[in-house]
Amino acid sequence: MAQMKFMCDAERCIECNGCVTACKNANEVEWGVQRRRVVTLDDGEPTEVSISVACMHCDDAPCMAVCPTDCFYKTDDGIVLHDKDLCIGCGYCLYACPFGAPQFPKQNAFGERGKMDKCTFCAGGPAETKEEEYQKYGANRIAEGKLPLCAEMCSTKALLAGDAQEVADIFRQRVVQRGHKDGGWSGNPQAEADSLAYDATQQG
Amino acid sequence: MNISHAWTSVWRMALMALVLILGLGLGQQALAQADPDREIATAVPSVDADAWRQIRSGETGPNFRSSRFDSNYNLINASGENWRQLRNRWVSPFGLIAIGGMLAMIVIFYLIFGRKRLDEPKTGRKLPRWPLMMRSLHWTVATLFILLALSGLNLFYGKLVFKPLFGDSAWSGMISASKLVHNYLGPLFGILLVFLLLRLFKENLPKKHDLVWFKKGGGMIGKGHVDAGFANGGEKVWYWLLATVGIAVIASGLVLDFPNFGQSRDTMQWANIIHALGALGLTAVALGHIYIGTIGTEGSLEGMTTGYVDETWAKEHHNLWYEKVKDQTVTKEQLAADHGNTRGGDQAAPRTS
Repeated sequence: MAQMKFMCDAERCIECNGCVTACKNANEVEWGVQRRRVVTLDDGEPTEVSISVACMHCDDAPCMAVCPTDCFYKTDDGIVLHDKDLCIGCGYCLYACPFGAPQFPKQNAFGERGKMDKCTFCAGGPAETKEEEYQKYGANRIAEGKLPLCAEMCSTKALLAGDAQEVADIFRQRVVQRGHKDGGWSGNPQAEADSLAYDATQQG
Repeated sequence: MNISHAWTSVWRMALMALVLILGLGLGQQALAQADPDREIATAVPSVDADAWRQIRSGETGPNFRSSRFDSNYNLINASGENWRQLRNRWVSPFGLIAIGGMLAMIVIFYLIFGRKRLDEPKTGRKLPRWPLMMRSLHWTVATLFILLALSGLNLFYGKLVFKPLFGDSAWSGMISASKLVHNYLGPLFGILLVFLLLRLFKENLPKKHDLVWFKKGGGMIGKGHVDAGFANGGEKVWYWLLATVGIAVIASGLVLDFPNFGQSRDTMQWANIIHALGALGLTAVALGHIYIGTIGTEGSLEGMTTGYVDETWAKEHHNLWYEKVKDQTVTKEQLAADHGNTRGGDQAAPRTS
């Protein structure tokens, strides 16, 4: 079975927020909730770099481990989904998540946060009907044999989604093609030793 | 024709020269691109491995921007994993050990030593100990404590027991009810506990004779009795546990209960750890308090239900207090008569210290 993963190539991301918009549009998420975000590091400096972040569908998902209602589950494709009927809005998944993926529609007194919402890798969630699924969790593109819309619509193909092996292969190929020894990221002092772009075909 | 031909050749020469010059320039540029060392030397430095390492440890520089409008989160929530491990690996087993251990100790103690009976027979003369106000406060706080303890335990451990046992739909109702009970009754408990603590402050100030009480183990085993005022050493410990750990649990609970004040994720992680540790510890100690107050000691419970205690009980368990208030004794008959007067005998019970 596939292991679905996102990967954002920070050397390619141009901070266009197309992924954010595509996600909003594909999933019609609630007002105030934004499943994907683009963060920019060193904004305005020469070292500026951007990266698109959402739920990374961890192998050992911290949200799953701390949820008091045990509402999370993992699909056969390694996608972390949750059941909104079980969610009580306690916020523990948010405390534990490394990527700030879980969000709540409300932030009221007495811990009234509403049901948690996060990226589903465009794989919907548990529901009786298709309409209910769309209304609660957004699109189920995986069921239609399609990948998440954010990655599909990425203009520079910085954001990749799909089976971990394939994504890794594409990225490795890119690093080689870039020609630097440090094609993964610039200014890597380890570049000589790592030799990420070693390409036997170019030798002698 | 010849002239024009000559002109054409001149143009051709000029064009070729231009191509040559441009070609040389372009060639040099292409060479530079093909040389990775030169490229590295001249490229604008980007976020390097060290920067990524820093980001993974939860730090982000001042020029960090997130496209999420209300997000002040770092790129990586490094303390999240720390919180998860603390909660799941340390606090979770601690609670089971504390509460399970206390239950086991109580059962073993009861089986070996049994109930602490009064040495002398009851005299039938009663002393007012807990006025109605105090009893109402005590039982309200006690009921809330039990509700909060049960819902809290369900929030922590319920998924391991009841979800597989009852199935998703029953579990869904159960857990959301637990959360509502916990979040809405918690602040009420907090307010009432503060009242209770203020009311009992004077009686629980530590005294010298409390040290002797501790040295002799409170006289729980065997015949001997130890000096004690209105509150004995054990009761004072329970009071001060509530006044310290209890207040910490309430304060951290309020931090978790009101996320609308914009406290950070890290603050709530620590609040959660303090809340869980304190509450589980207090639940364990509360089991001891419940045991001693009910089946553990003869004559204790009636103080908190009727408001009056037997003279013998007062003499044996709170001798210093008894010496102060022994002139206030009333007989059973008087008490019954008072009850007949619909006054319940409660307003009549003076507060003592």
